[in-house]
Order: sequence, then structure tokens, then C-alpha cells
Amino acid sequence: MKLYQFVIVSVLPFSGVIAAAGPQDPPRRSGQESVYDELKKAPDKYSGKTNPLANDADAVAAGGILFEEHCEECHGKEGMGGKKAPSLRAEEVQNAAPGAIFWILTNGVVRKKMPVWSKLPEPERWQLVRYIKSLGIASARASQSGKP
Amino acid sequence: MLIVPPNSFCLFVLRHTAAILVLLSFLVHPPAGRSLENPYIVAYDHNLEEPGSLEVEYFSTFGTQRGGPDFHAYWAELEYGATAWWTTELYLDGQTTFGESTLFTGYRWENRLRPLKNEHLINPVLYVEFENTNGADKILKEVEGHDVEANYAVPNAVARQERTREMEFKLMLSSNYKGCNFTENTIATKNLSDEPWEFGYAMGASRPLAMKGAAHRCNFCRQHFVAGVELYGGLGDRYGFGLNDTSHYLGAGLAWNLPSGWTFRIEPTFGLNDNSHQFLLRWGVSREFSGFGSMIGGLFKGRQE
Repeated sequence: MKLYQFVIVSVLPFSGVIAAAGPQDPPRRSGQESVYDELKKAPDKYSGKTNPLANDADAVAAGGILFEEHCEECHGKEGMGGKKAPSLRAEEVQNAAPGAIFWILTNGVVRKKMPVWSKLPEPERWQLVRYIKSLGIASARASQSGKP
Repeated sequence: MLIVPPNSFCLFVLRHTAAILVLLSFLVHPPAGRSLENPYIVAYDHNLEEPGSLEVEYFSTFGTQRGGPDFHAYWAELEYGATAWWTTELYLDGQTTFGESTLFTGYRWENRLRPLKNEHLINPVLYVEFENTNGADKILKEVEGHDVEANYAVPNAVARQERTREMEFKLMLSSNYKGCNFTENTIATKNLSDEPWEFGYAMGASRPLAMKGAAHRCNFCRQHFVAGVELYGGLGDRYGFGLNDTSHYLGAGLAWNLPSGWTFRIEPTFGLNDNSHQFLLRWGVSREFSGFGSMIGGLFKGRQE
């Protein structure tokens, strides 16, 4: 392999890193609102769904572990919001129908950096919904300071 | 000025990827993030890397060879989620043919793009890859055209003289249904020298051993294991499309996704016709580093108050 090929191969993949480095800034409030707006786009078919694990005693604990494994890095500890993703303790989320949160988890908001989580089996997504809804509303100021 | 010969450097990295992975995991303390990998080695599903995450992977294939010595081929893979709809990867390939030699066989740069923003029953992903390898490459990352076992019996000293530069395109159609994944990949490859288009396929199905997460932390819970099968092979070329003089494989795999971000995969694979290697043992280890993009981004920013 020639040296110039080696340089190209070394640099090109990191163009993706650089492309992604910019959008990692903390989201502005207006950006967060538009992310929350996605919840309103959930089709009625989903919004009307009830959580099949609503009476499952272990669902919140299991959802908490799944949240730590997959969501906490962006949404912050106990969903208080992080550098990359908004608080899940906001009224918009806590007052949303469980089915709407499930829909967001299933479809992601790909153009706004929220990944698709359809690779999690449905019961695990419902466990996450149970956990998120169990967190309750926290004020925006508390969310920003990281306190409930 | 000291210039490290690229081939030696790549071979060094390749042969020590597993050790480098372990070292990195001790030096860098990424946030815990359990990977959710399917057990496929060849087929791809539509689940892309999370944005900003880097996955470092090492894969290995032991293959039996009629008419020549058995071989051990391996590759290192850097998989980065540039955005939620674009994943880019760099591969470094190498192989050891027992009784002959060990050599670096080339590199690949691939990109997977998810054109639709919502989840559908069938989810398309577009795949584009540039491959610069030599004729001794034996990783069998995909099977296409008239790839047959006899091609791999050529001694390394001869095979390495052949240079292959090709573009590979795939259309992946994948579905997550009731916790199971079903995927089908259609492959079209064009050697950039004057050779015809070649075709191939890969398909897979997988399912976690448990659908619900456990209410306690564990490494051996069934939800961390995903079992699956994959089938792949060649479909000839533009002038000879079909199953004549092609090889086909069937593998049964298991992936173990640890909460710490490590994933182990193993897949015994069997050739389905006389043109195929009789047996391949494929395995891999990978580690996800969440927040890699932010870490690199932070290097280029000043401190913000």
C-alpha cells in the first residue's frame, strides 16, 4: 500500500467524526421544544396504546437498568437532560401518552440525533416507558442544574 | 524522518487488535452502553451505530481448505456512528495460511446509509464500500460472483501479487418483528479493472433468548444473548448469473452482549456444496465506546463557561 493511500484511508473515516463533532453542542431550548414536538406526531394507533406492562411490578426497575445502559449517556442521570439530548422530566414528556413515548423509542428522531431503538424487543421498550413515566416532572431550572 | 511501513503497521494493528481493545477499555472509561448486536458475521441488519459511538471490533475466521493448507483470516473494524442515519467503517484485513505465511491483505472503507427516517415493516439501508485488497484476502466477509474454494488454495506468494480494487454496493432490507430480526442483503460488486459485475446474497434471522429486561444487573441473563442463523453465497456475474460455479454457506451464531459494552460472537459455518469450504469457524469480539465523537469534538473546542 502506498503512503498516500494509507493517509487517505486514515483520514477519510474520521471525516464522519468531524461531521458529528459539530452537532454535539448542548441543544438550545428551541431545539428541545422541536424535539418534544415529535411526541405530538405519534399516530393515534400508537398514542392510544396502553402499556402492556403497566401492572408489572418489575418493569420500572428493569426499565431503569435499560435506561442506564442505553439512554443515560445522552439524556443524563435520571433523565434530567444532558449535553446531547433534552430532559425527559419535562411536562411534554411526562404528560405524553405512554404509546407516544413508545413510538418515539421505536422510530427515533433520526434527523435530530435520536437513534432508532426498534432493536430493543417491544417488552424492553415498554419497560423503558414505565421507567421514564415514573421519573415525574422536574422544573427546567432543576433539569439544567441536574437536581430533581 | 521515521516512516512506518504501512503494511507492517497494519499487520501489527491487526494481530494485536484484541490486546489493543483490552488496553483501550482500561485507559479510556467510556460511559456504560450495552451493545445490541445480532450474531451475524456476514449479513447486515438496518440497526446502525448510535451517533457519536465508536465500535472497535476484531473478527476471526478459521477455514478448512481442500487442496491446500487451512487458514486463519482476521480483520479489525472501526465502526463509527457519524449520524443516526450514517455509519462509516474502516476494515484492515489479514490472514495466516498455515505452513506458508502471515500477511496484511488490504483495507475496506464502507458506509451504510438509512434513507427513511421512520421505522417500517421493511427498512432499506444502502451500503457503499471501496475495497483495496490483494488476491490472498481470505476473510470471506461476503461471497459473490464465482468465488469458490479452489480460489483460496493459491499459495500466498502468488496470490498476493494480484491487486483487487472494487466498489461494492448492497441493498439491505431488514425488519424487526416481535423481537426477531429478519434481513436480506443483495450484493453487487464491480472490480474497477475491466471485469464484469458480480452478484451475491446474504440473509439472516435472529432472536434474543429473552424479550424482557431483568430487574437486576446480570451478565448471564438470557436477554443478553441473541441466537441466529445466516445463509450467504454467490450468484455469478453479469455473463453467468445463477447458481452455477458458486459457493454457499449456512452458519448458526450466538452473540453475547455484555452490559459493559463488550460483545462476543461465535458462528460455526458449513459449506453447502462442493464449491464451498467444508467448515468455517467464525468468531469476534467488539467493544463500544460511547461518546467518542464528543470526546474528539471536545479536543477542537476551547473551554466554554
